[in-house]
Amino acid sequence: MNKIIKEYVDKLPNKILLDVESALPEKCVDSKIKKIMEEMYKEYLYSLADPGESVGLVGAESIGEPGTQMTLNTFHFAGVSELNVTTGLPRIIEILDARKKIKTNMMELYLKKECSGSKNVKKIAEKIKEKTLESYTKEVIINVADMKMIIALYPKELSEADLTVGIVSKILGKSFKKFKFKVENKLLTVISSSKDDALKEMYKLKEKIKDTHISGIKGISQVLPVKRGNEYVIVTAGSNLKEIMKKDFFDSERIISNDLFEIEKTFGIEATRQLVINEVVKVLDAQGINIDIRHIMMVSDAMTMSGKVCGINRYGIVKDKPSVLARASFETPMNHLFDAALIGEEDYLNSVIENVMINQAVPVGTGLPGLVIKVK
Amino acid sequence: MEENHPTHKKVHSIKFGVMSPKFIHKMSSGKIVTPELYDKEGYPVVGGLMDIRLGVIDPGLKCKTCGNKLKNCQGHFGHIELARPVIHIKFIKEILDLLRSTCWSCGRILIPGNMIKKYIAELEEIGAEFGLSNRRKKVKNIITGLRTITKCPHCKEKQFKVSIEKPTTFLEDDKRLSPIEIRTRLERISDEDLEVFGINSSVARPEWMVLTILGIPPVTMRPSITLDSGERSEDDLTHKLGDIVRINQRLFENINAGAPEIIIEDLWDLLQYHITTFFDNEVAQLPPARHRSGEPLKTITGRIKSKEGRIRHNLAGKRTNFSARTVISPDPKLNINEVGVPLVMSMKLSIPERVTDWNKKYLLKFIENGPDNYPGANYIIRPDGKRKKITEETKEQLLEELENGFMVERHLIDGDMALFNRQPSLHRMSMMCHRIKVLSGSTFRLNPAVCAPYNADFDGDEMNLHILQTEESRAEAEILMEVQTQLISPRYGLSIIGCNQDAISGNYLLTRHLELPYKEAVDLLASVGMTDFSNLPNKKALSGKEIFSAMLPNDFDFDGISRSIPSEEKDHIVKIRKGEILSGIMDKSNLGEGSGLLLRNIHKQYGRDDMVEILGRIYKLGNEVLFKYGFTAKLSDVDLIDGANEDVNKIINDAYKDVETLISEFKEGTLELLPGRAIDETLELRILERLNKARNDSGQVVADKSNPLSDTMTMVRSGARGNLINLAQISACVGQQALRGKRIDKGFSDRTLSCFKKNDLGPNARGFIKHGFKSGLKPHEMFFMAMTGRDSLMDTALRTPKSGYLYRRLANALQDMKVEYDFTVRDASKKIIQFLYGEDGIDVARSEDGKINVKQIISSVLKK
Repeated sequence: MNKIIKEYVDKLPNKILLDVESALPEKCVDSKIKKIMEEMYKEYLYSLADPGESVGLVGAESIGEPGTQMTLNTFHFAGVSELNVTTGLPRIIEILDARKKIKTNMMELYLKKECSGSKNVKKIAEKIKEKTLESYTKEVIINVADMKMIIALYPKELSEADLTVGIVSKILGKSFKKFKFKVENKLLTVISSSKDDALKEMYKLKEKIKDTHISGIKGISQVLPVKRGNEYVIVTAGSNLKEIMKKDFFDSERIISNDLFEIEKTFGIEATRQLVINEVVKVLDAQGINIDIRHIMMVSDAMTMSGKVCGINRYGIVKDKPSVLARASFETPMNHLFDAALIGEEDYLNSVIENVMINQAVPVGTGLPGLVIKVK
Repeated sequence: MEENHPTHKKVHSIKFGVMSPKFIHKMSSGKIVTPELYDKEGYPVVGGLMDIRLGVIDPGLKCKTCGNKLKNCQGHFGHIELARPVIHIKFIKEILDLLRSTCWSCGRILIPGNMIKKYIAELEEIGAEFGLSNRRKKVKNIITGLRTITKCPHCKEKQFKVSIEKPTTFLEDDKRLSPIEIRTRLERISDEDLEVFGINSSVARPEWMVLTILGIPPVTMRPSITLDSGERSEDDLTHKLGDIVRINQRLFENINAGAPEIIIEDLWDLLQYHITTFFDNEVAQLPPARHRSGEPLKTITGRIKSKEGRIRHNLAGKRTNFSARTVISPDPKLNINEVGVPLVMSMKLSIPERVTDWNKKYLLKFIENGPDNYPGANYIIRPDGKRKKITEETKEQLLEELENGFMVERHLIDGDMALFNRQPSLHRMSMMCHRIKVLSGSTFRLNPAVCAPYNADFDGDEMNLHILQTEESRAEAEILMEVQTQLISPRYGLSIIGCNQDAISGNYLLTRHLELPYKEAVDLLASVGMTDFSNLPNKKALSGKEIFSAMLPNDFDFDGISRSIPSEEKDHIVKIRKGEILSGIMDKSNLGEGSGLLLRNIHKQYGRDDMVEILGRIYKLGNEVLFKYGFTAKLSDVDLIDGANEDVNKIINDAYKDVETLISEFKEGTLELLPGRAIDETLELRILERLNKARNDSGQVVADKSNPLSDTMTMVRSGARGNLINLAQISACVGQQALRGKRIDKGFSDRTLSCFKKNDLGPNARGFIKHGFKSGLKPHEMFFMAMTGRDSLMDTALRTPKSGYLYRRLANALQDMKVEYDFTVRDASKKIIQFLYGEDGIDVARSEDGKINVKQIISSVLKK
C-alpha cells in the first residue's frame, strides 16, 4: 500500500483505502495523492451518520417498506439445479423471528480438494442421504406357518452404499430388541422372541421396520450435487451440521446451513450474525429489492447482540427493553404493567415511545441535545 | 389553541407499584356510598359515583376538591370500603403461587432457611431472562424437588394442596378458602421471603392483592354523554361501578342485619364477580358483563390493551387539529416541492402569526378581509390566551384592539409550509414538507414525480395535510422534512424521486431522435421555466441532446450508461462534459426513480435546492416534448410484421412436439433422471423448462419483429412503462400459468378442466396459454388465466397484513437505536449494538448506493 494512503489507516475504513489504491492511476505524484486522501477524508467525515441519527428506525423502515412488494409464494421456474427453499416474505419472517423450526433446512457442503471429482461427489452425496429400510427393500413376506418374516433386499443398492445384509440385520437388531434378525440365504429373516401374540407383533413390526434409519445422516432427505465454478457442491435438504462435521471428506471451513440455531450451536454467535445477513440478502437479491447492507447488519446485530439469537418479537428483543411503557406499547400490555408493579419497576423514559406517550421531546435526533444557558 | 408555553417541567421517571389500602385512602377525595348518580334536578349526588369531589364533567360546575372548572380539573380518585375482601383478578396467579409455596401456618417460604441463599442467584437469573412468572414457577419446582411441599421446614406443620377453581375460588384439599383467610395468610409472608419470589415488598405487599378497599376512578376518566334527546348515557365503567356499589351496600346491610350465611356468601360471590369484571371483562370461564343490548362492557383491561386501546390508540398515536384530507390529482406544472391546496381549505386552515412592529400592516390586511374573503384571517388571540373570532361585526373593533404580541390566525397563502402524508406511512418519505400553492378546485394537487416516495397514484387516493403551527416545527420541517431533503432514499442511497412515465419517454425521444429549429427549442425550454438561453448553441437546428444540455449546469461532468441502448452503439455510454451531453440517451437508467447516478451526482455537486429545480425542469421538459410532438400507445403498435406470426407458431409447435416426446419417454420409462429427483418431478421440470424457453423465444421474435419506433416500443425501451414480456404476451403468447411454482394440476379428478382427457399431461391441459391477448384466449385458457389471477390476488391480500406486522415488530424493536456521540450505535439502555454504524459509520442517505464514490473524487482532484 502506498505510504501516504497508509497514514490514513486509522482514519478511513479499510474498504475505502483499498478502493483508492485500486482506482489510483499508475503514475500519480505524491502531492496529488495527498490531496486525494485529504479530499477523501473530508468526504468520509461528511458521509458519517450524525450522532443522534435514528439508524434503527431507518433500518426498520428500509426493511419493512419493501415487504409489501415481496411475493408470498415460492416461485421456482427453472429450478432444475435448485432445491425448493422458502424465499420471499415467509423466509424473511422466519429469519427475523428466529424460528426454532424452519420450513426448509438446507446445507451447502463443499468438499475437500482430494475428494472433489465428479464421480466421488455423487457417491458421497448418496452416502449422506438418509435412507430407511424401505428404500432397500424389495419385498417383505410373512411366513405364518414358521412365524417368520422374510425381507428381501436389493443387492445392488446395498453394495453401492457399502452395506451388506449382515450389517443391516445388525442395525435392525439394535433398534428392535424383541426380535431376532438372521441372515439366511442372503435374505433377512426375522423371528419373534415372544411366544404369544407373535403374529400380531410381526405385522406391527412390518410397518414399523420400514422407517428404520439404515444409512446416511439423519435429517438429510434430499441431496443434489451442483457444480459451482470448477468444483462440486452438495446441496442438501435438511440439515445436520453435527454429523456432517464428523465426516472427513467435507471442507469444514466452508460448510454452511441455513438454520440459525444449528449455526449458533456449532459455529457460535458471530457466525449466526453473518448468517442472518447472508440469508436476508439472498432473499432480497432473489426478489430484486435493493436494501443497503447496513440496515440488515443493524437488524442482525440487534438480534445477536446479547450473545444469543433473539427473535424480533415479544419473546426476544422487545422483552429486553428497559422501559415498561415501551414493552407495554408493543404487545400484551397488561402483563408488562402488572409485572412492573410487582417489582416496583421505574421507567426512566430513556427511549422514544414513552416520551411520545407523555408528550416530551424524544431523545433522538433533534430532541437529543440539551442547551445550557448561563443566566447573568 | 393555547399559547405555546415552553416546557416548565419534565417528567423524570414513572414508578410502578401496587396500590396499598393506605395509599388508596390517602389519594381518595371521597367515600362513595350510593349507586345513585344524580338527584331530581340532575345535580350529582354527594357520595354517588358522579360526586363533584371526583372532578367535574359538566361545564359550569366547580370541582369540590380542587376548585377548578371542567377544563382545569383533571379529576380525583374516590374509594369504596368493601364489606368483605375480594380477590383482585389480575393477581390471581401470584396469589396462587404464593399460597402454594408458603406455609399456611407460619407464613414462611417452604425452603429451609439455610438453603434460600443457595437458590437466590439462580432465581434472579431466571427472573431476568424469562420473567417473574417463570421465576415463581422455579420456586415451586425447587420446593417440589426438596419434598418440603408436604411439611413446612420451619414449623413442621403439615401442608395441604392448594388448588384453584377458575376464575377466583381457591380450594385447600377441596375446602374453600375465603378471601379473608387468603388475606391473612398473605399477610404472614415476610418481606425477606417475598424477595425470593422477586416481589418488591416495599411497593407490592401480597395482601394488597386481596382488596379491602377499592379505588374509584375519577369522573373525568368516565365521562357521560348527553344524547340528542337530552338523556344522559353513562360510561361503561360508571355502570360497572354502580353495580359494585349496589351489591356492596346490600352486603353491608345483610351482614349488619345478621342474614343467613348462604345469602351473605351469594352476595359476596356477586361482589367478587362485579369487581372481577370491573378490572377485566374477558376473563375465561366467566360470562362477561353486558349492556342491556347484549354488547359486552368495555372495562379497564379492555380500555388499555389492543390496537384500539389507550396505549396504542391514544398514547402512542395522537389526533391533530389544523389538518385536512382529500383526493389527490396530478399537476405536472407544479414544482416538485409544492402541493396544490383547494381554496376552501386554505380559508379554513390557518397559521398563527404574532403581531410585531414589522408585520402589523401586513397582518391588518388579513383581518380586514375577514374570514370569508381570501386571504383573510379567522381568529385573533390575545396575549392572555383569549381567542376572538373575526366576523363582519367584530372586525372593526378587533382592528383597533390589535397590538404587538397578539396572534393572528390567518389563511394559508402560497409558500406556507405543510406536511403532506399518505398512508400507509411506511418510511420517512411518506410524510414530507411541501410548500403550499392555493388553487381552485377541491383536490390536493401534486407533481407526479413525488408519487414514488408516497407510493401514490390517482385512482382515488386520498392524502392528508397538516399545517405547521409553531416556528420550531416549521424550522424542523424545513430542515429535516422538505421534499428536497428527502431526494436520496436512506434505503439504498440513490435518488428516490426521479422522472417517471411520460417524463422518461419524452426525454428519451428528445435526446435520441429529435432535431428542432432554434425557435422551437427556445419555446420548449421556455415552457419548462427557463429564461436564460445563453447555454443554447446559436445554430439553426438543434439536436435534442443540445436542448437537454441547456438545462444542465455548465460545469457538470458525468459518466454513465444508457441501459436502453445496445452496448455496441455509441449512445450506450453517457458522457457529459461541462454540462453538455456528448453521447448517451436519457432513459430510465439515468433519470428514473431508484436507479442511476445522474440525479445522485447532480444532488451531490449542486445541492438539494438546485437538484429539485433541475429535476423539475427535466420532468416538465419530458412532458412538454410529448405535448408538442404527440405520443399515442395504439393497437397497431403491437402488430407483428408479416411472417412473425408464423415464426411464433413454429416455436410453439416445436415446443409442443418436444413435450410430447418427453411425455412418451416418461411413459416408457426411458426419461433420464435429473439428479436428486423422482421421475415425475423430472418430467415436470423438463416440461416447464421447455415451455418457458418457447415463451422466451417467442418474446424474442416479438422484440425483433415489431416496429422499434412505435410509441409503445418507445415506452418499453426507455423504461417508462411496460416491458418486453408484456409485449410478447399481447402479441405472441401468454405462456405457462403457474400455481405454487407448478403447472396447474388441480381441479377435477385427474384433470384440470372437463374438456380434457383424464391424466393428460400435455401443455394445453396443464395451463399453457399459446395465444396472445391480442388474438384472444380460448375458453380453457381463460379459465387458467383466471385461476392464476385469483391466486395472485389472494397472495396480495395475505401479504399485506403479514408484512405490516413484520414492519411493526421491526420498528418497535429498533426504534431506540441511535448513533451516540462516540459514534457507537446503542439502544435505550446504552448497550452497544454496533461499535461503528454499518462497520464504517457511513449514513446511507449520504452515500452513493452505499459507497463513497472514490473514482469521482480522484478524478476531480486530478483535474485541478
